[in-house]
Amino acid sequence: MPAYVPIALFLFAMIALLFAPLMTWVERKQSALMQDRIGANRADVFGIKAIGLMHPLADVIKMITKEDLVPTGADRWLHTLAPIIATIPAMVSFAVIPYGGSYQGWGAEWSLVVADLDYGVLYIFAVASLATYGTVLAGWASNNNWGMLGGVRVAAQMISYEVAMGVSVVGVFMLYGTLRLTDMGVAQQETFRLLGFIEHLGWVGAGTWWVNLIKIPMWGIVLQPLAFFIFLTALMAENKRAPFDTPEGESEIIAGYFIEYSGMKFGLFYMGEWVEVVVISGLITAMFLGGWSIPYLPDAVLIDFLAQGVGSNMANVFAMLIHVLTFFMKVIFMIFFQQLVRWSVPRFRYDQVMDLGWKILLPLSLANIVVTGLAILIAGEIMG
Amino acid sequence: MIEPWQYQVVAALLFMIGVLGVLIRRNVIVMAMCIELMLNAANLSLVAFSRVWGNHDGQIFVFMVIVVAAVEVAVGLAIILRLVANRDSVNIEDTSLLKW
Amino acid sequence: MTEQVIFYICSFIVLLAAAGVVLNVRNTVYSALSLVVAMLALAVLFILLHAEFIGVLQILVYAGAIVVLFLFVIMLLNLRGGDMGAESQPILKIVGTLLIVGAGAKLVTLFTGARGAWPEVGREFGTVREVGKILYTDYLLAFEIAGIFLLAGLVGAVVMGKQRID
Repeated sequence: MPAYVPIALFLFAMIALLFAPLMTWVERKQSALMQDRIGANRADVFGIKAIGLMHPLADVIKMITKEDLVPTGADRWLHTLAPIIATIPAMVSFAVIPYGGSYQGWGAEWSLVVADLDYGVLYIFAVASLATYGTVLAGWASNNNWGMLGGVRVAAQMISYEVAMGVSVVGVFMLYGTLRLTDMGVAQQETFRLLGFIEHLGWVGAGTWWVNLIKIPMWGIVLQPLAFFIFLTALMAENKRAPFDTPEGESEIIAGYFIEYSGMKFGLFYMGEWVEVVVISGLITAMFLGGWSIPYLPDAVLIDFLAQGVGSNMANVFAMLIHVLTFFMKVIFMIFFQQLVRWSVPRFRYDQVMDLGWKILLPLSLANIVVTGLAILIAGEIMG
Repeated sequence: MIEPWQYQVVAALLFMIGVLGVLIRRNVIVMAMCIELMLNAANLSLVAFSRVWGNHDGQIFVFMVIVVAAVEVAVGLAIILRLVANRDSVNIEDTSLLKW
Repeated sequence: MTEQVIFYICSFIVLLAAAGVVLNVRNTVYSALSLVVAMLALAVLFILLHAEFIGVLQILVYAGAIVVLFLFVIMLLNLRGGDMGAESQPILKIVGTLLIVGAGAKLVTLFTGARGAWPEVGREFGTVREVGKILYTDYLLAFEIAGIFLLAGLVGAVVMGKQRID
């Protein structure tokens, strides 16, 4: 078995399994901080209350020991299948997200991706499109007219935002020339000079000192800011969280699609949503925020710098650790940002959600493609 | 090693199951799904031949077939919705106005 | 060796799921779910044939959008118990099955043992980049017509779905 697979699998398992219950704690504590209260801190194990970290454990125990109700007349098989189908796409999406670059150590190549697919981002879109089945089947299997209508509406919302999601990142593909997430991570380590166009247009001679002053890393968010916001919005709408949680909100008025779910099945739906928050953060980090790299410090420079102190093998190990830490810092920041949005913006009405998806995000994404294409052409002309 | 003809056999069997479905089932929506099976059988055959010839023409053909299938399903299901609302039944026998 | 195992397993799953689409008389939703399984297994077969772009497109479009549309229609029509009307005409069923089995057997014997070999293709065969290159240069007209075709389908579906034509 190649050497890199166990490391990537371990990291993948750690994220998927550990972050999900941790996110319940993050949600409670962050919302409490934002709302100037303390949050949940009563659960303890033998008197040890670790700032509320025992609550996820209490939640899991509660959900597992609850009675599992299947409503009469409902399809038993589909009722059990729906939460499984809703959670699997979120967990499977971790396979293409790179936690770090590729390193040479002890003769083997270590690459911190589970599957370095040539069509990486397309794989995530394909898997995300399978997530609609979870909601549709959940609404159908409840044998509840309102639940079914709610499920169909939510599935329509998810399908609408898949379109904006796919079209908005075409600009990123055009700029980096690849769909492979590891290549995007490597491409984001280069820097460009902000005032370089002055030199290329011939307004000053070559080699002037002040042109080389400002260098900016070629991160996705710098080169494609509009795509960043559209992509993030579309992903949050796909996730049915943040201001787009019409199914959860309408539970107060009309039943949402998981009104007939209790116990661990409900827990599985919720866990799927939180795992998807982490997937969204990982994807945005890999495509727009520079992936695993520290700005202004490309991989090779870091490894060479470390190799002067400790040998080449250990330099790779240390670089791997630094990169994984950087990646997780960025992912945690994006999780924090998504929770920030969730707890400060009121929820949209359903027609506002559909308007946003079709009438605003989609035309903006198409305009983004056109402008990006023009910019690439013009930049090619200027640089000769 | 898998020979090319084995893929063709699978495609042929899939196609035959689709035709069987269209002949046997009277539910309009299941008939539409069996038509999708037939289209997929043709896709499998095309992709296998694209690999045999070593160029991408078959895959472009499959791309167009997928586009056509998507459009056909969208418009066809809209028609089916209207039909079922009119006749109040999904049985395709009820849409026939002929005497026998 | 791995390729053989995957091929046999996935072909078996495809044919079994296709039979599931046809034979699920009581519940139409189970037919649609069998169709999804068939699509996914077919996507694996595509990727086995080095057609990565088409395989992922199969999941994205067919399994992720078209069959969802089927499920929507089934749910909007509230076909909870499968076929309401009886499946009639046993003569048609018997004769149809015999004909199809006969034709299928003839086709299978026709194909078995046919000559043909796999040429060597580069690593770039069937990737997004290669298919995209050809799609935008040699087959540009077909691509544009496909776009307009999709637009026509969109307009047609919206017009058919309106409640009142006024």
